[in-house]
Amino acid sequence: MITLEHYLMVSGMLFAIGFAGVMVRRNIIIILMALELMLNAANLSLVAFSRFHVNASGTPNYNAQIFVFFIITVAAAEVAVGLAIVVALFRLRQTTNVEDITALKF
Amino acid sequence: MADSVDQIFVHAKQWLMSPLEGHIPDCLIQIVSSLLNIAAVLGVFLTLFALMSVLERKILGRMQNRYGPNRVGPFGLFQPVADGIKMLIKEDIVPARADKVVHFMAPILIAAAAILVLGVIPYGRNMTPFVIDGGILFFFAVGSTTELAVFMAGWGSNNKFSLLGAMRAIAQMISYELPLIITVLPVVMVVGSLNPDKIVFAQESYHFGFVPHWFVLTPWGATAFILFFVSGLVESNRTPFDVPEGESEIVAGHMTEYSGFKYATFFLAEYLGMFAVSGLAVTLFLGGWHAPLPGLGFVPSYVWFFAKLSVLLFGFIWIRGTLPRIRVDHMMNFAWKFMLPMAFTCLVSAAVWHYSGRRLSGWLWSFAIIAVVYFALSLLLDARRKFTPRTYRFAE
Amino acid sequence: MMSPFLFWIFAILMLVFGAAVIINRNPVASALSLVVSFFGLAALFLSLDAYFIGVIQVLVYAGAIMVLFLFIIMLLDLRAEELRKINWIASAGGIAVALALMFQIFSVVEKFPAAKQSFPPLAKPAPDDVRQIGLLLFNNYTLPFQIIGIVILVATVGVIILSRRETR
Repeated sequence: MITLEHYLMVSGMLFAIGFAGVMVRRNIIIILMALELMLNAANLSLVAFSRFHVNASGTPNYNAQIFVFFIITVAAAEVAVGLAIVVALFRLRQTTNVEDITALKF
Repeated sequence: MADSVDQIFVHAKQWLMSPLEGHIPDCLIQIVSSLLNIAAVLGVFLTLFALMSVLERKILGRMQNRYGPNRVGPFGLFQPVADGIKMLIKEDIVPARADKVVHFMAPILIAAAAILVLGVIPYGRNMTPFVIDGGILFFFAVGSTTELAVFMAGWGSNNKFSLLGAMRAIAQMISYELPLIITVLPVVMVVGSLNPDKIVFAQESYHFGFVPHWFVLTPWGATAFILFFVSGLVESNRTPFDVPEGESEIVAGHMTEYSGFKYATFFLAEYLGMFAVSGLAVTLFLGGWHAPLPGLGFVPSYVWFFAKLSVLLFGFIWIRGTLPRIRVDHMMNFAWKFMLPMAFTCLVSAAVWHYSGRRLSGWLWSFAIIAVVYFALSLLLDARRKFTPRTYRFAE
Repeated sequence: MMSPFLFWIFAILMLVFGAAVIINRNPVASALSLVVSFFGLAALFLSLDAYFIGVIQVLVYAGAIMVLFLFIIMLLDLRAEELRKINWIASAGGIAVALALMFQIFSVVEKFPAAKQSFPPLAKPAPDDVRQIGLLLFNNYTLPFQIIGIVILVATVGVIILSRRETR
């Protein structure tokens, strides 16, 4: 029997994986991918809540799915801008490693 | 009588399923039903692929004033069997520096996407293998994974020609996916559903008793159909747009390092993609499985579908026999500067047609919008064209 | 609803390939693992009867975002990155923080009694979710929808300006 709890657990694990990726990896592109994992973990829990909260008419609560729709859209824009910044940075410094980009470090 | 012939495949499936009912649980029945559908789709389209590959060579031969293949079997009809055996017994070569897993997965993924996409098209009355509400959306979602497969083929081969070919292929697929999807939107908007079955039903019945309600017979529908067909040519990498595998420039693009059966799988995927795009064009614009004239309703619906499909496929072959390959930059400019604005114009024009009550006035207004934009675009793009002798930087 | 068997298959597929994203040294392998992970996630969305979101997930992520990632990786030719040494202490610290976060999430979910009930059944026939989401989006969420459009426009302009080569 699969309950909401299972979905939330899986979502939490996915979020933790993404978080670990952001903490551990030093390549900006991989960090962006890990960010995507975290966003999608949030999406999974939102959709699970949407399915859990069924209206009187027997339909899922679509408000949560609209949030997911917006998150996916914003994620697409975010990735496009992020990767453009990575390309600009690579042209300037020939690196995508966050440890080499320390110009603002005091 | 006509009705039973029309539904013969539906009844055949029910007859096959009937002994199972009551003996096994419902979920297993669903699985068996899906497997039967998959087997039917695969059987029909693999046969069509074999036929198409030999017919294409025959027709091209006729167009170029020569015989096509005519040695194997009557009229060369067994040529695909011979080709298949040849492909199967060829040595399968994998480059030493290739990424083995990615190199192996690419043909599987590309064929899987092409086959999955065929599942949502209604082939006849009650004959949609996979009924889903967002069928059109599913088509494009699965179709877009082809780009990933092409990338995997190009990158996994570890070969500069493969990588260049993959870059070209992905660039052109992304560019032409926009007009492809946007030309579908007017139909979806007018019908009010993403379900292919509902789109086909919306094109039922006839004006004045004999002109079918097909969307291709409206101004926006005709424009959208042409744009869709051209984008479909690009998406399936057919000849005027076969830049990614242009054999005179980059060997065979992303397929350079594939041999034997893996190469055949790419070939298969290309043809299946062509069938899928043509099938979707038939569904969206050519009335799906509806008969073109009211008196012809006695002919089974699937016959009409495949008749329309074969007309479009002949169009593909004809274009291949006629047009030379287009230069990469020309192709990109065409996508972004002409196809995309025209696709958006179709959307506006369809809205005008719909909200003016689908009458003659709306018909004329939508035609006027498309004509104005077309001529404006032609003038705009034409003014910038400079006919100067081409200068070669790296050659005499 | 889907059978528990399929749920576990797709959940494990998603998690294993999600972990592969951050474990792989090769960026292309990471990106391809991320695609597989997103396919598993899309299947989980389908198991929650969210067909529209599931299909959108594949269309946007597998079709657009991941192709963008792969294109950039291909353009920058990042193979040299593989040779870097790993800072094991920092990595262990990062993983420990992530694990702590995960157990915190688990303990919060554990204390949520309603989550232990099964999902309530949906009306039959299954509701047309594309239509419902569309109606909601254009009736109740019109302003956010338009703002999202502007966000995308701004992103497009920004990307073009960022990636333009300086002409001198």
